[in-house]
Amino acid sequence: MLRYILRRVLLMPVMLLGISVISFGVMHLAPGGPVSLASDLNPKVTAEARARLNAYYGLDKPLHVQYVNWLSRVGRFDFGDSFAPDGRKVWHKIRERIPVTLSINLLSEAIIFLVAVPLGLYAALRRGSFFDRASTVGVFVGFAMPGFWLALLLMILFGVKLGWLPISGLVSLEYDSLSFAGKMGDRARHLVLPVFVGAFSGLAGLSRFMRSNMLETIRQDYIATARAKGLSERVVLWRHAMRNALLPVITILGLSVPGLLGGSVIMESIFAIPGLGQLFFQGVMSRDYPLILAELVLTAFLTLLGNLLADVGYAVADPRIRTGN
Amino acid sequence: MANVTGANSLFLDTARRLSRNRLAVAGGAVILVLAVVSVFPTFFSGADPSRIDTANMLASPSSVHPLGTDKLGRDVLSRMIHGAHISLQVGFISMGIATAIGLLMGLCAGYYGGWADAVISRFIDVMLCFPSFFLILSVIAFLGPSIVNIMVVIGLTGWMGVARLVRAETLSLKERDFVAAARAQGAGDGRIIFRHILPNALAPVLVSATLGVAGAILVESGLSFLGIGVQPPTPSWGNILTAGKDNIESAWWLSLYPGLAILVTVLGYNLLGEGIQEAVDPRLKAR
Repeated sequence: MLRYILRRVLLMPVMLLGISVISFGVMHLAPGGPVSLASDLNPKVTAEARARLNAYYGLDKPLHVQYVNWLSRVGRFDFGDSFAPDGRKVWHKIRERIPVTLSINLLSEAIIFLVAVPLGLYAALRRGSFFDRASTVGVFVGFAMPGFWLALLLMILFGVKLGWLPISGLVSLEYDSLSFAGKMGDRARHLVLPVFVGAFSGLAGLSRFMRSNMLETIRQDYIATARAKGLSERVVLWRHAMRNALLPVITILGLSVPGLLGGSVIMESIFAIPGLGQLFFQGVMSRDYPLILAELVLTAFLTLLGNLLADVGYAVADPRIRTGN
Repeated sequence: MANVTGANSLFLDTARRLSRNRLAVAGGAVILVLAVVSVFPTFFSGADPSRIDTANMLASPSSVHPLGTDKLGRDVLSRMIHGAHISLQVGFISMGIATAIGLLMGLCAGYYGGWADAVISRFIDVMLCFPSFFLILSVIAFLGPSIVNIMVVIGLTGWMGVARLVRAETLSLKERDFVAAARAQGAGDGRIIFRHILPNALAPVLVSATLGVAGAILVESGLSFLGIGVQPPTPSWGNILTAGKDNIESAWWLSLYPGLAILVTVLGYNLLGEGIQEAVDPRLKAR
């Protein structure tokens, strides 16, 4: 297992290098370089800010020198100053928003896991039944539904018509005057809609995967062997089939990180949640290049980390990898 | 000759299995109707989609305007039909770009192996690290939201799945006897790749292409929702919906129909894609 994990870790620098090259390339897509585009399209960027950008990237130097310079700064989490009027360090703006986006996405993942796994397993065991067909159609509808549309409809229904749930922000205006329990409740109520919408669209992938994986597992020889030994159907399904069918879910959850992060742009814009997605969208709209680049690099890094954790988790959970080399 | 009939009956077999899958057939029917409507938008839509009628702003559905009018008095049905043209165009062209890149990358990596495989596979891994929506938004932010940019960017960020599929398929196909036979007859790499391996690897590509159209339509609608998709006055389902959300209280039809259209279309493509997958690989269906 050590060798397996070591290989993954050794690949990390290569991946990081690739991520940095692509991000750097995206920035230089702008015709004439980032600074001239900034001056053309964003009159709000002052000459002084442009000079700072020039100094930061060393835009008068050859491309490979620029890249190495930029990389050595990024390695120290120095992403330069934001173009926004506050002119704060980009890293500081991002850092304070990471917990918000991360906690909402982790909650969504937890709900996806708790709902999709039993759903897929049950559909596989009752294959062809009414439940199987209904849940198939249900998850496909969830997958096809644009998240922002669902969010809009739910906001109208629960927020405006019924008035049950708040529709924007993380806390109410009177948050500070609430008791501790009141504060927790207030936060929870604000999270209901965003987390539900985030989880709903992710259900389809995992539950379909779970279903086909369970169907595949039930056909394996060791299941036939378990039945032939005379084990009860319950033991065969729970001890032998399910544990094997569950394994790849670890990988799938890891792979769903970029999708959730990407989805947070729209979700956080709709629900006015001050997270990474909202910050990124604001950056895109105001052509805040240092911010855009920093988020691009950091979300890719987060994804890489998520995948690595999933790989390690898989290695720990699967005895075939754990005990082999 | 035996080969040809063999291929035919395999194809017929697959088609028969597909036609028995009611959900897939329903999905296919939706796609067919939409395709016909969206190829000839002017034929199907009575009114001019961009004719502004200030006397009839936000009119509710009636016999003159079956789906009502928007805040400029434009006929929503007509805009929906023209929007279908744009949305499906974005879906198909993005998917085409993604599939072409994915095929080339996958064939190269799988067939040549070694360094080519290592480089391409790492490239795929790196690309998959970026949340594609972040990448798309960044590029659009730098280059501006024209419809061409949108299609190209969605295509450039969506090829990795196809490449992985094709690579795996090519790896196993190149060891088959018919490839060895072709090589023994003196066929070059190009001929082997495109005449012998590619046709045999197409089934899974067809599935992922079908799902790719659906994915691209969803991405475009998301971009439009944020205001950086297809730009008005050109109608796309995404921007009709976005324009409608400001009047959602008084004119619900502006937000309901485009959303439903996206939902039904994406659902159709996904059901068809899933159906093709099961029909091509009956193992999935067998108990």
